Amino acid sequence: MPKFSRLTAAFAAAVVAIFVMFQPAVAQQTFRPTDQSVKEQQLLDALKPGGTVSGRVSIPDQRSANLIQPEGRDWQDFRRGPLATTGAIAILGMILLLAIFLVVRGRIRVEHGFSGRTVTRFASFDRFVHWVTASCFIILALSGLNITFGKALIAPLLGENAFASLSAAGKFAHNYLAFPFMAGVVLMFLIWVKDNIPNKLDLDWIKAGGGILKKGVHPPSKRFNAGQKGIFWIVVIGGALMSISGWHLLFPSESIGELQFQSRLHGVVAMLFIAVMIAHIYIGSIGMEGAFDAMGTGEVDENWAREHHSLWLEEERKKAGKAPTGAVAAE
Amino acid sequence: MARMKFLCDADRCIECNACVTACKNEHDVPWGINRRRVVTINDGKPGERSVSMACMHCTDAPCAAVCPVNCFYTTADAVVLHNKDTCIGCGYCFYACPFGAPQYPKLASFGSRGKMDKCTYCAGGPEADLSQAEYIKYGANRLAEGKLPICAEMCSTKALLAGDGAIIAEIYKERVMKRGYGSGAWGWKTAYKETIAI
Repeated sequence: MPKFSRLTAAFAAAVVAIFVMFQPAVAQQTFRPTDQSVKEQQLLDALKPGGTVSGRVSIPDQRSANLIQPEGRDWQDFRRGPLATTGAIAILGMILLLAIFLVVRGRIRVEHGFSGRTVTRFASFDRFVHWVTASCFIILALSGLNITFGKALIAPLLGENAFASLSAAGKFAHNYLAFPFMAGVVLMFLIWVKDNIPNKLDLDWIKAGGGILKKGVHPPSKRFNAGQKGIFWIVVIGGALMSISGWHLLFPSESIGELQFQSRLHGVVAMLFIAVMIAHIYIGSIGMEGAFDAMGTGEVDENWAREHHSLWLEEERKKAGKAPTGAVAAE
Repeated sequence: MARMKFLCDADRCIECNACVTACKNEHDVPWGINRRRVVTINDGKPGERSVSMACMHCTDAPCAAVCPVNCFYTTADAVVLHNKDTCIGCGYCFYACPFGAPQYPKLASFGSRGKMDKCTYCAGGPEADLSQAEYIKYGANRLAEGKLPICAEMCSTKALLAGDGAIIAEIYKERVMKRGYGSGAWGWKTAYKETIAI
């Protein structure tokens, strides 16, 4: 069978040729399957700030696809450093300033004494909205401060377990009272915004230092003076920032970097907000005689109103059909 | 005492997810929580690589630093554990953790979280070793039985190593020398601020 043997010879020659061609190459090559695969340092070097080294996971929780997020360290440093420092300086600084002010200026009195006649400053609905928001704010502020400073200040006093129970209750209250607080901020905006639009009168008020610094100086003001307008807008804008960032933290759906940003924002705005509110509480209580009545009973003394909100008092009297009075015209 | 660490030799990991499954089984980890997972980078592309990751039991752990109630503690073996009785589920450790280790069972109301759960290095929690209470909250305590974490112990390719940092680093070094290449100890720079010099 010459045909068969010719085929066999050709096949054998081919096999030999293949071996001759590839044998040395196979001997030289080492099998290095993942040698050229991506390396950790490459990925870390390529990271943008706040980025994560991520891939694919076969389990349902897709958040676990983040392998490494170095940003966590920065967030941790921010909480321990700048946030705590900002908070301590803002809050203690404000208390110190107010204490100095109280010592130097004393309580701002109603200079002409109480007249005994009152005028309605805040209707019951205004006061209801104010106090709902205010009481929520106080609990939110205290439970929030506890998260940042409690470990250092309160835990040593209570012990770890009691402190943990307190903090758990605080977190619970913080999560739930956030909602009436947000509603309160919206309502306050709606009912008071019309009297809080800045105008030229505010410049004069600011130029006169609000009459705060010197006795006997009472720059004219409508329903709200520039200082109160400032508080209003701080509450509205600060409240909005707190609400939005808090909402993100309450219903976490974003990337870890987004949550870290929202938490930083929430913390910093909260510290400044609390400092401003301490000043607001001061001037509305011990800082100024007759001021608390506005939110207490809703009725303020006419002399207080004349000294602090002269134009508003005139408007109110006009509405009530009374002639402008000159009870303190001697001024 | 040892300085316990995890080391994933990513050149050996075949993404079988057995570590994930073994961990869930060993500790009766609830639905939705995975104390360990395998992440595949560049999946389906050239340069693909899988890494098994869990809590790395960091040096100067960020979770412990940000915890508002001090629920974390480090054992004599340098394992970072936490106390579920004091945890308030605030989520801060999740924000701070470079490895996404802390997880929370979802509670009914809003996004509120239950007590945090994470890898315990198979070392239980603050309860008495091998007690029922410890098992229910934290899972098995293999370290108390003289065993290493189950994920590393049953790894089919021995990609995942657990044990004293110096010893597993030595094993890894030998492998790299013999093999001629290695992608390094993933996460070590972030967790321990050191790498394995070869």
